Amino acid sequence: MNGLKVIYNRNLRNRIHLSWMWISLGVVFVLPLSLFIGLMWKSAILLDQQSLIDLLFSSEWKPMAGKFGYLTFIVSSVWVTMISLLIAGPVCLLTAIHLTQYAKSWVLKIMAPVIDILAGLPSVIFGVWGILFVIPLLANHIGPFFGKSVSGYSILAGAIVLSIMIIPFILNILIEIFQTVPKELSEASLSLGATRWQTIKFVLLKKSFPGIVSAFGLGMSRAFGETIAVLMVVGNVVHLPTGVFQPGYPLPSLIANNYGEMLSIPMYDSALMFSALLLFVVVLIFNAISRLIILRSSR
Amino acid sequence: MRKTLKIEERFYRVLMFLSTTFICSALFVILFSILRTGLPHLSWEMISEMPHGGYYFGKSGGIFNAIVGSVYLSLGASLLAFLLGLPIAMFINIHLIRLTRFVAVIRFLLDLLWGVPSIVYGAFGFTIMVFFGMRTSLMAGIITVSLFILPIIVRAMDEVLRNVPKGLLESAKSLGSTNSEIAYVVYFKQCLPGIITAWLLAFGRAIGDAASILFTTGYTDFVPHALNEPAATLPLAIFFQLSSPIPEVRERAYAASVILIFIVLTVSVVSRILSNRYNKNKINF
Repeated sequence: MNGLKVIYNRNLRNRIHLSWMWISLGVVFVLPLSLFIGLMWKSAILLDQQSLIDLLFSSEWKPMAGKFGYLTFIVSSVWVTMISLLIAGPVCLLTAIHLTQYAKSWVLKIMAPVIDILAGLPSVIFGVWGILFVIPLLANHIGPFFGKSVSGYSILAGAIVLSIMIIPFILNILIEIFQTVPKELSEASLSLGATRWQTIKFVLLKKSFPGIVSAFGLGMSRAFGETIAVLMVVGNVVHLPTGVFQPGYPLPSLIANNYGEMLSIPMYDSALMFSALLLFVVVLIFNAISRLIILRSSR
Repeated sequence: MRKTLKIEERFYRVLMFLSTTFICSALFVILFSILRTGLPHLSWEMISEMPHGGYYFGKSGGIFNAIVGSVYLSLGASLLAFLLGLPIAMFINIHLIRLTRFVAVIRFLLDLLWGVPSIVYGAFGFTIMVFFGMRTSLMAGIITVSLFILPIIVRAMDEVLRNVPKGLLESAKSLGSTNSEIAYVVYFKQCLPGIITAWLLAFGRAIGDAASILFTTGYTDFVPHALNEPAATLPLAIFFQLSSPIPEVRERAYAASVILIFIVLTVSVVSRILSNRYNKNKINF
């Protein structure tokens, strides 16, 4: 009898744990769906009034008049993201090759915590750094070098701050990808008389090319959604940017700057939710494609 | 031919060395420029007092409210995420381990969720809040942040649990353990340092994120005494006070950045020590 009771209790406990596990797992499945539905539901008011093409390709932003064109914000976002990737991409690629192929163990011992700490620094810290270091640098040195007088608060400032932020992120993925390339391949190439660099160029990079592309894709989507650090240095002026020294106004900054005040105007509220939806969908698509490429190439 | 190859390699090796140094020095410059500006303003008054006369205009006082609020928020959020995350990580590594397809789908989904920007969670959390008629509060912030760090904590624990040797699962099963006993007794003990590291990682993310709490937690001059009160947080203390025209207020922002860096660095160092020390006591097969 006593023995039975113990078994019963153990099974009951097992069952309670199991149901809690199912509930928790349910959250993971419900979360993306509810994010999408919630944002969709909120932005429906705006989508009813204006066509999608109209929203995306018009640059007329007059919330009070009910005109919402996102082109300015989308262009700003694309500028900032692309420039940050242009800076971070080559640096990450070269460092990842260095760390996985050439570096001595003491270099790895230094770099591991450096990458860790850089990845763990809060975005607002990057923003402060941008204001303290990048903005003066642009205003006093780089701007005058190109013969322009600039305030520093610009697309370029946002991109520089962003690029440092996404470096540890891309670097970690690249290192992981390079480590999965079988050693035998490099050894075969080396034994055929190829130099180290030739092996890297024709074996390592070729073999992990899809992985590299998707690492950049993941970095790009990370940069696309980053809010606070960019918001602090990018200037936030609503106009179509034509140069890197001009201020921009990316999508996340639009949401962060205006939310809360605009509840009184339902259309504005809806418009901001639409930009959140836009971010969500774009980032999700980029992430999905990149992750799929990584999965497929690692098989 | 051989010579040009050598030159090419030399050239790229120099580039590689430069980019590695660039990353190192970027971290150094970030820490240096913030510490140089912030450390002189860090005093006991700054740490232990509330802002006097409003956080945006008051010239004296400190950021005690933000420190406490941040700790409350990130402790709450990381605990909530832990309560949801640990079962998920156990579930996919013990109960569902044979359903490889399903597990792959879950991992994929978690990776996707990890990529969603925190501002989207913030906007979503705000919508939910308005829908239920809640005001900005510590509770709303905790829920939003916990959803935001859930994929991070699950994937971190998942990586740890994944590396547990299969033999442990098999021997525990052969001794007649139920799945939940394997999860919370055997695996939990085996992976405890890894699990704590995952929790610390999530804590660090929670304390540093600003975009998701911007509309959900609000900001106040006081320490919250209940879950339904708004709370001040360190990232927002930096963000709001840095935009002030009054230099004394900006000094508070710089001091807050130093404190935030200090907390994040401590978390990082502790998790590194933990994972180094306890890896020795693991059962190895």
